[in-house]
Amino acid sequence: MKLTETLTDLANPTRFLALTARILPWLAGATAILLAIGLYQSAMAPDDYQQGATVKIMFIHVPNAWLSMFVWGVMSVAALGTLVWRHPLADVAAKAAAPIGAAFTFLALVTGSLWGRPMWGTYWEWDARLTSVLILFLMYLGLMALWRAVEDPSRAARAAAVLTLVGAINIPIIKFSVDWWNTLHQPASVLRMGGSTLDKAFLWPLLVMAIAFSLLFITLHLAAMRNEILRRRVRSLQMMQASRVTFASEAAAGPKEIGAA
Amino acid sequence: MSALTALIRRDIRIALRVGGGALIGVLFFLTVTVLMPFAVGPDLALLSRLGPAILWLGALLASLLTLDRLFTADHEDGSLDLIVMSRTPLELACAAKALAHWIAAGLPLIIATPVLGLLLNLDGTATLAVAATLLAGTPALTFTGMIGAALAVTLHRGGLLLAVLVLPLSIPVLIFGVAASQAAISGPLPFGTPFSILCALSLASLVIGPFAAAASLRHGLD
Repeated sequence: MKLTETLTDLANPTRFLALTARILPWLAGATAILLAIGLYQSAMAPDDYQQGATVKIMFIHVPNAWLSMFVWGVMSVAALGTLVWRHPLADVAAKAAAPIGAAFTFLALVTGSLWGRPMWGTYWEWDARLTSVLILFLMYLGLMALWRAVEDPSRAARAAAVLTLVGAINIPIIKFSVDWWNTLHQPASVLRMGGSTLDKAFLWPLLVMAIAFSLLFITLHLAAMRNEILRRRVRSLQMMQASRVTFASEAAAGPKEIGAA
Repeated sequence: MSALTALIRRDIRIALRVGGGALIGVLFFLTVTVLMPFAVGPDLALLSRLGPAILWLGALLASLLTLDRLFTADHEDGSLDLIVMSRTPLELACAAKALAHWIAAGLPLIIATPVLGLLLNLDGTATLAVAATLLAGTPALTFTGMIGAALAVTLHRGGLLLAVLVLPLSIPVLIFGVAASQAAISGPLPFGTPFSILCALSLASLVIGPFAAAASLRHGLD
């Protein structure tokens, strides 16, 4: 009940702006501190007996890959907010999340490819996980193209919400089929039945980095939502101004015509 | 029910008449298939190895090309608004339209497959396998593509945007369609496994497609 009340409160963009203005510096600070700790721990982590120092790419790569899917989840919730609850900030949240998600996915691809070079001897391997992340990246780009295709934000929001939900259903199917298609990548090793196979020396920095990156996402997302709200205000002000100018010129032109007739 | 049958019959009739454009899909399919040997060389052994993949890609692109017309023509002459406002549930109307589109534009592709198989040096079993997988898989392409068509018509943007939205969603169909054909031709996997997954994909899209398309039409048209 408390949560719904808070969400309803935040439907007022001014209140949302005021709240985030207070929260954002703290979030940014926490992100910076956690990132520093995580990076230090990653740098101090021992080399792998097989992979050597390249294993440290993992501390950047894995959080990015986690977030690439988490952001789509956030967008799906926002899409439900747009279509079902008609929350006014939901489409702002969905729109702001898409480029950030695409960036995380892109970073996951780049770091994965850099990791693949020393490990597999090639930058790109049509391996199942890399491929499904690449498809996820394409879907993010498609979604952003959809957002950019229409001028009216609320119209674009409903279309993007439908596509986001369809994507949320389809992403597991795509992942499954790509897995079926080709498997070279190692199976999941952090979260699985019977505990993690990852050594504690690697697990702790990884967890810290994962939390730090999640905080980074929240910070960037809130900031992007603020920007989007302000951008929409600017847009509506510009449209009001434009219509005022048109009316004024019409009013100025009007009497002359009558006078000429 | 009679409203839906009427809708299906009307859509098929419009698609097959002059200006309908359903048969252009087959022509496009033929042209793409004929282009492939120019790209990979006239080596018959290579062509028969790539054959199922070429046919599947051609069918995928051809069905994508004709999808653009699924809602646009109705939107232009105003009948889409009548369909949205009518008493028949919009989901069922969308499903009927997609079914009609599949009969008019998808089935001809499957009928054309044996001829194109000859051009690609596919033997009888291989052609039969490709035709069977296309028969099982093209409904999935039409029904997921319908979502993209509905989005495109509400945004007044077609063409490339539709392709960008729909193609990633059709990857599973492509994977299992080609896998089932290859399994029938050379093994080692049994034909049944990927083929039944392909059927499952079609059935799932039969459920998801109409709902998503109806949602985007309902929210998007004003």
